Amino acid sequence: MKSETKLLGGAMVMLALSVSALVVLPYLELHDVTPTPGLKPYTSAELRGRQVYISNGCVYCHTQQPRSKGFAPADFARGWGRATVAGDYAYDTPPLLGDMRTGPDLMNVGVRQPSEQWNLGHLYEPRAYVPGSIMPAFPFLFEAKAKAETDDVVVTLPPGYAPAGKVVVARPEAVDLVKYLLSLNRSFPAIDPATTSTEPIAPAPAKP
Amino acid sequence: MNPAAILLSAFVISFVALVVFIWSQRAGLFDRTSAGAEVIFAPGEIGRIEEPAGTASSQRALQGAVDTAGTGTAAHGDPQEIAERASADASTGPLIFFFYCCAMVWLLVASAAGLTASIKLHDPDWLTSQQWLTFGIIRTLHLNSVAYGWAPMAGLGTVLFVIPRVLKTPLIGMRFAFLGAILWNAGLIAGLGAIAAGFNAGLMWLEMPWQVSILMAVGGALIGMPLVLTLVNRRVEHLYVSVWYMGAALFWFPVLFITAKLPFLYHGVQAATMNWWFGHNVLGLFYTPLALASIYYFLPKIIGRPIRSYNLSLLGFWALAFFYGQVGGHHLIGGPVPEWMITLSIVQSMMMIIPVAAFSVNMYQTLEGHLSTFRYSPTLRFIGVGGLMYAASSLQGSFEALRSVNRITHFTHFTVAHAHLGLYGFVTLVFFGAMYFVMPRITGREWPYPRLISAHFWLVSGGFALYFISLTIGGWLQGEAMLDATRPFMDSVALTIPYLKARSWGGAIMGIGHLIFAAHFIAMVLNYGPNRNQPALFPGVLGKKAAS
Repeated sequence: MKSETKLLGGAMVMLALSVSALVVLPYLELHDVTPTPGLKPYTSAELRGRQVYISNGCVYCHTQQPRSKGFAPADFARGWGRATVAGDYAYDTPPLLGDMRTGPDLMNVGVRQPSEQWNLGHLYEPRAYVPGSIMPAFPFLFEAKAKAETDDVVVTLPPGYAPAGKVVVARPEAVDLVKYLLSLNRSFPAIDPATTSTEPIAPAPAKP
Repeated sequence: MNPAAILLSAFVISFVALVVFIWSQRAGLFDRTSAGAEVIFAPGEIGRIEEPAGTASSQRALQGAVDTAGTGTAAHGDPQEIAERASADASTGPLIFFFYCCAMVWLLVASAAGLTASIKLHDPDWLTSQQWLTFGIIRTLHLNSVAYGWAPMAGLGTVLFVIPRVLKTPLIGMRFAFLGAILWNAGLIAGLGAIAAGFNAGLMWLEMPWQVSILMAVGGALIGMPLVLTLVNRRVEHLYVSVWYMGAALFWFPVLFITAKLPFLYHGVQAATMNWWFGHNVLGLFYTPLALASIYYFLPKIIGRPIRSYNLSLLGFWALAFFYGQVGGHHLIGGPVPEWMITLSIVQSMMMIIPVAAFSVNMYQTLEGHLSTFRYSPTLRFIGVGGLMYAASSLQGSFEALRSVNRITHFTHFTVAHAHLGLYGFVTLVFFGAMYFVMPRITGREWPYPRLISAHFWLVSGGFALYFISLTIGGWLQGEAMLDATRPFMDSVALTIPYLKARSWGGAIMGIGHLIFAAHFIAMVLNYGPNRNQPALFPGVLGKKAAS
């Protein structure tokens, strides 16, 4: 090759094809997707909690995209919910689809684990609730106090996990994060007939 | 829009484009001599080895190995051109030295962060009191310091060394690159600080806040300036293979980065497709071309023999440029995105076998009969193994994209192992090799302790083998357990623990290798050690540092 114009021109044409295929076409197809009926916008507390989820990198171990029964049936069998459709993410900017399942999928964790106390305690020390869990503990989202004040959210931990003689109270970040987790619910039907099935779509709540 | 029509038209258009390009580039290049492949040598220099990282005796042995392989007796290049090359090397010295120092710091930062993240996966109650040390953040710091620190600094430093050599023109506009590197690193430090403090933009590979990215975009553009200026003022007619890759990569990266970082444009699932378009292209259209360009330059240069097939390199380049850009969608398999996009990406992932085969065959033919040179050349050892890992990781990636395999490996540590095979086994090893070659040329000194180069090589290769094999097995078992609804999810966690521990050991051994490399680098710069038999080419700069 002798011409830098040909080289760089060609290289940019190739990149333009790539942008068209993976950015522009999906944009045209998806940018005006309507929210799935039943999907509610986040409240401001849930949005703050969502930012806590992002800041602490929860997405690097948890997906939010159960796969279809045809492709990976175990996802549904584990109670993670139906396969999601684009409309399920209408309020998600940025989307938190994730690409790693060191931990379980969380798209329907609000249905599966609806207890605020369970979720707070599990964030404080996951191994108090799930033996063998490798999820990090997040003690910095909590505060150990000698005595709780009136508007504190006190976390009731299993015996032996709270610091001796102290109560563990949740910081606002933890409270918001749990509000966000409890809002994760795609148990209503997706409108897309390809993914709707005749079986019940709501995952069964697990015992706290 | 009809997905089948989109798919078909994309494929047809692209295939026609590919054919037209190869045809247009090949016109007139059918002659067997392939003058384009010989521009990296001075007249009469073919057959002459160049291995500045070797000791005098290993250089003699290397020359002997090349001579007995029968490419001609030891030749001596045109002395004037070789003197010009030496002065061109020296002119870029301080700039490249700065890039390499940054690279070295980021390598150590990234190793520490990566090892911490790795240990946390099997020891989750370790270091939990500080937010910035939590797994989700320290892992992100690891990724970003590799992706925007080590790899680009080492890669671009090497580019700035190779460009003047292959264009036979002193580097023009060095100040721009200096300023660019300063802005880039300032942006990176600010970005890592932001991530550590919890300001995360929420898209993988793009975690840094977009405001900080402006610094890096401007810095990156300034680093590209000398390439353009030197290209325009070059003294050779033929653009060597390395220039194609480097030139294209330096134009691709800004488009990728700026497109991906445009704020307020992407919402919902569409942001995820853009995210993986970027995530895979930054590997395929930035790090990979930089590392391939390094192999295409250093491998033939060390053994004094031009690459065998110029046409194969053309095929390899344009096929990579075309196919690699469209493979990102395979990261969203089974996800809530248009099915045609995933299929397109899987098809193009398989097509990547073409450029990889073109590259591998070309390198094999170039090295044929010269394999004993690996024993005498430290640079070649790193670069050769790196090239082999390129073939391995790309082939693995092609098959991993297939639905049947991806179904199991998606969402598991298998993918992490694969990513490291590409970015560590291939890109990082090649850059290690390049740095071993370049440092003696720009400082005018030898590496003081050749044994440390060996130690570095064996530690990082051995550590990485442990890392890769354990994580690959663990990831596969994890994927199988996850797909089996009769096993509780916790099975897929518990069974990975021994493999995660083995990965930490592998990572620690790699980290020791990096520490040795860094210590050797410092010893060379400060002029410690026994070998000081060559004149420093820019004693003014290094002399002051050594004195302070």
